[in-house]
Amino acid sequence: MLISIKTLMLITLLAPLLGGVTAGIFGKNIGKRGAHAVTISLMGLSFVASLLLFKTILCDQALKQVFSLYSWAISGKYHLNIGLLVDHLTVAMMLVVTFVSLFVHVYSIGYMKDDNSNQRFFSYMSLFTFAMLCLVSANDFILLFFGWEGVGLVSYWLIGFWYEKESAVLGGLKAFIVNRVGDIGFLLAIACAIVYFGSADYAEIFSQAASKSSEMMQFYPGVSFSLMTVMSILLFIGAAAKSAQVPLHVWLPESMEGPTPISALIHAATMVTAGVYMLCRMSPILEYSSTALSIVLVLGAITALSMGLIAIVQNDIKRVIAYSTLSQLGYMMMGVGSTAYAAGLFHLFTHACFKALLFLAAGSVILGMHHEQDMRRMGGLWKRMPITWLTFLIGALALVAVPPFAGFYSKDSIIEAVHASMVPGASFAYVCALLGVFVTAVYTFRAFFLTFHGASRFDTKHLHVKESSWVVIVPLIVLAIPSIILGAMTITPLLYQTPSILGDALFLLPGRDVLFTMQSEFHGALEMTLLSVKTASFWVTIAGIVCAVYCYLIQPKAAARIKQYFGIFYQLLMVKYGFDAFNQQVFVKGANKFGQFAYQVIDMKWIDGFWVNGVAARWMHLSKISRQLHSGFVGRYALSMVCGLFALLALVWVGI
Amino acid sequence: MFENTPLLSMLIWWPIVAACLLLFGNKFCPESIIKKWAVLASLAELLMCIPLYQNFDTNSYAMQFQEVRNWIPTYGIHYALGIDGISLALILLTAFTTFIVVVASCKLVKHNIAQYMAVFLIAQAMMIGVFAALDAILFYVFWEAMLIPMYLAIGIWGDKQRAYAAIKFFILMFLGSVLMLVAILYLHQVTNSFEITKFYELVLPRHTELWLFAAFFIAFAIKLPLWPLHTWLLDMHTESPAAGSVVLAGLMLKIGVYGFVRFSLPILPMANKIMAPTMIVLALIAIIYVGMMALVQQDMKKLMAYSSIAHMGFAVLGCFMIYSMGSDEAYMSFEGAVVQMIAHAFNTGGLFLAVGMMQYWIGSRNLKDWGGLAKTMPIFAAFMMLFALSNVGFPGTSGFVGEFMVIVAAFHTNFGVALLAATTLVIAAAYTLIMYKKIFFGQMTNHKVTLLKDIGMHEIFVFGLLSAAIIFIGIYPQGLLEILHASVGHLLSNSLAFNSI
Repeated sequence: MLISIKTLMLITLLAPLLGGVTAGIFGKNIGKRGAHAVTISLMGLSFVASLLLFKTILCDQALKQVFSLYSWAISGKYHLNIGLLVDHLTVAMMLVVTFVSLFVHVYSIGYMKDDNSNQRFFSYMSLFTFAMLCLVSANDFILLFFGWEGVGLVSYWLIGFWYEKESAVLGGLKAFIVNRVGDIGFLLAIACAIVYFGSADYAEIFSQAASKSSEMMQFYPGVSFSLMTVMSILLFIGAAAKSAQVPLHVWLPESMEGPTPISALIHAATMVTAGVYMLCRMSPILEYSSTALSIVLVLGAITALSMGLIAIVQNDIKRVIAYSTLSQLGYMMMGVGSTAYAAGLFHLFTHACFKALLFLAAGSVILGMHHEQDMRRMGGLWKRMPITWLTFLIGALALVAVPPFAGFYSKDSIIEAVHASMVPGASFAYVCALLGVFVTAVYTFRAFFLTFHGASRFDTKHLHVKESSWVVIVPLIVLAIPSIILGAMTITPLLYQTPSILGDALFLLPGRDVLFTMQSEFHGALEMTLLSVKTASFWVTIAGIVCAVYCYLIQPKAAARIKQYFGIFYQLLMVKYGFDAFNQQVFVKGANKFGQFAYQVIDMKWIDGFWVNGVAARWMHLSKISRQLHSGFVGRYALSMVCGLFALLALVWVGI
Repeated sequence: MFENTPLLSMLIWWPIVAACLLLFGNKFCPESIIKKWAVLASLAELLMCIPLYQNFDTNSYAMQFQEVRNWIPTYGIHYALGIDGISLALILLTAFTTFIVVVASCKLVKHNIAQYMAVFLIAQAMMIGVFAALDAILFYVFWEAMLIPMYLAIGIWGDKQRAYAAIKFFILMFLGSVLMLVAILYLHQVTNSFEITKFYELVLPRHTELWLFAAFFIAFAIKLPLWPLHTWLLDMHTESPAAGSVVLAGLMLKIGVYGFVRFSLPILPMANKIMAPTMIVLALIAIIYVGMMALVQQDMKKLMAYSSIAHMGFAVLGCFMIYSMGSDEAYMSFEGAVVQMIAHAFNTGGLFLAVGMMQYWIGSRNLKDWGGLAKTMPIFAAFMMLFALSNVGFPGTSGFVGEFMVIVAAFHTNFGVALLAATTLVIAAAYTLIMYKKIFFGQMTNHKVTLLKDIGMHEIFVFGLLSAAIIFIGIYPQGLLEILHASVGHLLSNSLAFNSI
């Protein structure tokens, strides 16, 4: 090996940072073209480096390595260090991140060509990649938290990229604040790790996990919970915000206000999957808490089904894909919750490819339609944009899990794992997962048909829709390839091979390994494809597609009739189960009202008015009264002396 | 090389000499020379801190650079100076902040510039005096003397309501410090000495400790300020010129915490332990309740004032949690509090400076009058973003470190306290970023705002220095923690000594 792993690691990490900083600070000097050149070439360098790392670690089976960078803080007995961890999971994540990021960078040249702040945009994207790489390559909670908040921050910047648009800015703000709610949980989890394990390093914490598995944590005298359960739930709160699980999912649909390449990179392929990644990384902790796993499983299942249902009633093409992302994240969480971590990660990888593809294809449609996003004003685009049509179709087939597309292997593995799982709540989750498959097929093909087929519902005379330029098309094609083959290629080494290509990154308690039980029925990807006709999920998918074909292609009026029939249910979906309204009424308005009351009444009237200035005023009042006594008029003094004399005399007289 | 140089005295008296020269030279020199002289004087002060830092022995908790001279021998009052790690950090901070303030003020003052600069140089001298004094009376003198330049700064260069604010400030401060004087005199009665370190050896009866605590508490809580003694700060900030706000929020509030650290904790360990739950509640009120009030402010300076009260809550929390945890967690908690004191100065300083500039530019600090500034002032927006992030406690900035350490330590003691303290993640993010949004995003509506040009090299220099400090502490807090370790350990052993009995 010519270049050491550490050097490769640092190149992968720091190249995007350099690109981002250069484009950000010297944007004016290097111009639009310069910013493209700098960020993309450095991003390419980072991709190549991560490819080399992938080859070294995964293919040549090099040992995992830990690089301690420096000690961040030492306080008392606590040593908080910053370090990098290079193991199989890290390099796999890094490859996915740099791969998608590189092609989204290229795509953005085309998508953002009319925008005046390209430098800022490319700078943000590179900085985002840096933060995401920090997140996946951290060896400790400190760097992990930096990356974790970093991706959230850049996401906030990018959602509000068009900062003159009120809705975009609010969307970004909402994303940041909701993520911060989750970060309370995550920060407390980190505190828990530091306090109870005495360290922030993964290895140190994991090595003590077994011995602390039965330790209790006292909340108040008499109230105590298992340490592992508390920590796992806190971790999940963090993951739920980042990976947009119910009820912390509210920010993701709003994030669609950002430019479409961002939706592909951040809100589909990378950042939103960080929660899933983190929980997998923490499998040595999670494994010791069935309660937490159960919560993850059930909330994942609820998210997968309920968010998929909302996608059916959305008309904005990006929002359909956004809700679909929520639903798929739910599936990944189900993988984690059913202890099939590898299956969850598998879906993460395939989803990164096909969902980025779908978003970018949708972006291509939006470009072609001159920034129209409403599907009700599209239709019949397949002739006009054939390559976009084809790649969108590939993405759609992968999403609805039709064999042999990538999504089939990963999603089916999760469903099977949930089926086989012994974690409490698994049967509920299994039902949700199957229903979710149907729903996925319906909304995906609804969007597909509404956009590309049927009559053109826009002004065909004035709106000349044509295929996008090559910078947009090439990334679509590049992403379409893994969307087809990635699943069949990687299922065996990822799930059913010992040792798995993820090495020892994932931890499983003996007897809990659902994938191990499933292994006996697995005989290679080809057979899985052929045998899929025997599975329930396959027929559910077909049923969903048929439904969509009937409602949106053959009998377009059917949808309206169904809408009428399920009036209340439709309304419920339109208001997104009321989460937004609830948050608005209770948290936003509540906080404002409380703040106003505290400020106007308690602070200004009571403390400042009654006490601070009030005491001063009463003092003045008293002095005004007492001032009368020495007014300087001789007559008054004489009078008071005479009065005093008489009073004394009276006293003496009474006294006697 | 500097063994026999009275560095601390030089740090205290040089700004006063420089200020006198400024006032004297005001008659003959043009304004540009006055400005240059003021900048050079504060730069010289900052440079004088280098040997102080270099020769400071971080392994020792003893008071270093000691200077003791007789001052009023009849009463046993000495001119005694000396610093430990905590004072060192605060002195460095004072010199740094004053330099920033002086440089920034060159462009922000309309009249009486020589006097203005002199006021802040003198304020700096008094604050360094407070941090370096080892004699209680000397401490008291500096503590009181510090009020005068601040009173003048607001009274002369302030906004419309300046007289009201200045008097309110002075009277409240004076109320507190008189009680502190009584407490100091009592301690003198008992020990027959004014040496602060002598006070540490005292063992007092319980009720005496509580009375003394009450006296110190009022003095320090007003300065800090703790809810409900905080209303003066709002008036002070809103009436104060930019530099005044920076000094007030960046340095003077820290003196309140420093008072607790230097007097209350080590001298009155028992009273502190008894009062700790109350103090923790007050700190949480500051963090949550005051944070909520920041949410609804339209006046940027009021918003920032509430924000600084909320952030000081962490310093108080860190100082008073130490009684219910193991010594290692107490270490982290206390160090977190001190880091919070230092780190908070940079982001608050940056934000107050920016707000002061904005007020100078268009004469309004009401959020309604702003909007869309990111378009015309991207560089300013970028710096403000960094300060805002640090205010939000974003990892990698200075604002994160102290809060993080305090929350981690709190988790050890009480899940509820940690959870409540951690809500700052959301509250601070909400008020800071909503303010940022209203200033920089959206459409430009105000005609005056559309005419503004982006900041120049002068402002970039000032903001750049602050940013460097924010990022340095955020990425490598160990650099700051190193100088605190020994002193914090010693202080804790004093404060917790009876805890183990």
